[in-house]
Amino acid sequence: MTSRKKIEELFFKCLMVLSLLAVMGSLVLIIGTVIYKGAGSMSLDMITSTPEGGYYLGKKGGILNAIAGSLILTGIATVAAIALALPLALYINLYRARRSRFAEMVRLSMDFLWGIPSIVYGAFGFSVMIFLGIRASLLGGIIAVTLLIIPIMARAIDEAVSLVPRELLDSSYSLGATRFEAAFKIVVRQCLPGIVSAVLIAFGRGIGDAASVLFTAGFSDRIPLSLSEPAATLPLAIFFQLGTPFPEVRDRAYASALILTVIILALSITARVLASRFNRHIIK
Amino acid sequence: MKETSHLRTENLTVSYGGAEALKNINVEIPEKQITAIIGPSGCGKSTLLKSFNRLLEENDGVKISGRVLVDGADIYSDSEDITCIRKKMGLLSQRPYPLPMSIYDNIAFGPRIHGMKKKAGLDRLVEKYLSLAGLWDEVKDRLNEPASRLSIGQQQRLCLARGLAVEPEIILADEPTSALDPKSSQKIEEEFKKLKSDYTIIIVTHILRQARRLADYVLFIYLGELIEHGPSRQIFESPREQVTREYIQGVIS
Ligand SMILES: Nc1ncnc2c1ncn2[C@@H]1O[C@H](COP(=O)(O)OP(=O)(O)O)[C@@H](O)[C@H]1O
Ligand SMILES: [Mg+2]
Repeated sequence: MTSRKKIEELFFKCLMVLSLLAVMGSLVLIIGTVIYKGAGSMSLDMITSTPEGGYYLGKKGGILNAIAGSLILTGIATVAAIALALPLALYINLYRARRSRFAEMVRLSMDFLWGIPSIVYGAFGFSVMIFLGIRASLLGGIIAVTLLIIPIMARAIDEAVSLVPRELLDSSYSLGATRFEAAFKIVVRQCLPGIVSAVLIAFGRGIGDAASVLFTAGFSDRIPLSLSEPAATLPLAIFFQLGTPFPEVRDRAYASALILTVIILALSITARVLASRFNRHIIK
Repeated sequence: MKETSHLRTENLTVSYGGAEALKNINVEIPEKQITAIIGPSGCGKSTLLKSFNRLLEENDGVKISGRVLVDGADIYSDSEDITCIRKKMGLLSQRPYPLPMSIYDNIAFGPRIHGMKKKAGLDRLVEKYLSLAGLWDEVKDRLNEPASRLSIGQQQRLCLARGLAVEPEIILADEPTSALDPKSSQKIEEEFKKLKSDYTIIIVTHILRQARRLADYVLFIYLGELIEHGPSRQIFESPREQVTREYIQGVIS
């Protein structure tokens, strides 16, 4: 009996270690490939200049248009998504009973929206644009990406808010705080680490997605200076460069992927640092 | 008895999703005294306490009937402003939950949301109530540190000070020492004894000795019913009901 348990224990431990290795291994492989293939074409030009004539044939220039486009587009979309997802999460947790049927229904719809492929958000954003009479532009991309990232952000904030101890709410209310004051002055502070990581996850999904911006943001070799101009984005820049027959341009696609990876890495680290700074106030 | 009642319930019945947790409670809580609510766990002590400042209705599926009168006014009537009612009562919970901010801001939070903005005034309140809760000397040099750095006993006194800062008339405490070490518990008890000259204090406790030490008046609840209530001496020395006697002797717990 004991020896059977020992084998069982050993077997599952091996299984866990193997899956850990598989996951970490593929992560290292992906990043390794991106660095290996992209580092060669990485240059200051890549991040400081926009494409010049013939860039996609292998001539001079960089992808500053796509870096700026992606950051601006996803940045604004993230702010817009916070403005919608945060009140939603606070509402279902504080103004409605946390586990009420209504709250659970909202959660279910968010999970459902989360699972919809991003191309569908692109198509939906596109039809909204036709309805509003706007063309492929920064604004169009922002609408599509905002819609795309609201579910993931709302659910992540909801998870954080639903962990706020009942007693902390009781304490706030018994000081005479209104729901609004409890929500925005206490719950938001308490959940700040969770909210920061929710924002980061959403930003990451937004900046890495190609399908939602394909029809809605369009593409342009210039940095967008207004909402009505088309905007280049990194995933599409990668996509277009990979699609050319020129090896040096394809290598630049990997360099672009490397830039995108570095942006996401930098954000993750910033979020970690911020979260731990906010954490010192919190008692779980 | 000469003392007047501060808080009174009339036919208070509470149920959670159909199951009755409190059955037809009629009781008067004397002013500026310590009232202890005792009874085995799950008998409805917290429920009764939370019905006093309408925190109960924050729970899902709660039904409340009957009346709770504070200074003669029914707090459940529609004309009452819920934040005013809650402001009248400070709450101490089983475990302290400081607000996620500095020690200073924990105390200043209540006065601030009720309109106090001046720094000098807030400074004065922070010192006054931290002193009243017996915490000032320990924290006066680190008011801007996160409250989470305090020991759990200090946190509980911070929560007491935070509640006092909104100038309540009644202090509601739900097993306020159950998470604390003996020394910190003793400090809280001493604070209560000092505070009762100015406040009506209602404390839920399952520690009979604590009730004996602190209480002037005792409510004994069993399975959602108020079995008996009266001056502490009478309840502990000559209980009228068999169940009370058994509970006090430790036959049931
Ligand atoms: N939020 C709730 N939902 C459903 N039942 C509850 C809830 N809170 C308390 N109860 C039930 O009400 C009864 C009284 O609980 P409580 O007032 O917490 O007792 P005590 O504080 O004396 O231990 C218990 O049977 C408990 O299970
Ligand atoms: Mg209790």
